Amino acid sequence: MASLAERPRAVGELADELPISRPAVSQHLKVLKEAGLVTDRAAGTRRVYRLSPEGLGALRDQLETFWNRALDGYQDIAEQPTEERP
Amino acid sequence: MTQAADVVVRRQIVVQAPIDKAFTAFTERFGDFKPPEHNLLGVPIAETVFDPQVGGHITDRGTDGSECRWATVRAYEPPTRIVFSWDISPQWQIETDPDNTSEVEVLFIAETSQRTRVELEHRNLDRHGDGWQSVRDGIADDAGWTLYLDRYAALLTAGS
Repeated sequence: MASLAERPRAVGELADELPISRPAVSQHLKVLKEAGLVTDRAAGTRRVYRLSPEGLGALRDQLETFWNRALDGYQDIAEQPTEERP
Repeated sequence: MTQAADVVVRRQIVVQAPIDKAFTAFTERFGDFKPPEHNLLGVPIAETVFDPQVGGHITDRGTDGSECRWATVRAYEPPTRIVFSWDISPQWQIETDPDNTSEVEVLFIAETSQRTRVELEHRNLDRHGDGWQSVRDGIADDAGWTLYLDRYAALLTAGS
């Protein structure tokens, strides 16, 4: 799986590099595809798999949630009356 | 400042506070408003310290004394501007290569003497690992997608 991080590869290429059989590679890719982590496209008679750029969207969603929550909390704190005034 | 919409997160908020107070609240009390579930330490956070100088870090300190420095200050210009790198990978691990980090710019703009607009931009999200796009050949970065997929694969193995 990790070798997909280097570049898109076909099932056969992955099977050659990995200590598992080609059907096992296909099975893993199927799971990864269902999880949205890889995408595939036809290239002649082969299917070439690559990591999904959708992962970036997931990161963005996480960070949006993070900053929404942080800024809400920040607003409460920034608007608190100053505790000590000289 | 123009980036494709999917690699930047922008948020703004108006607070009823003078600009100096708005700036100070952001830097000195960062730990008080940071969502608590985003904790890279294995223990509860005792405090979060924002070291207010270029090159300084934002550091979480755990109740057991452990530390996690997860941001590096790139600009510190009170009371109007802060920039810091986001040294956290998409898998919520510390990213040690600055080239693989995104950055956060926070601008403080006085709307009146008692009201401040805070504009936050978290940009360059695509720098978190070239593996996202997987188009560049010959890159084998153990910290990025590789790690993610290794962990994911381990999860699958454990669950099967």
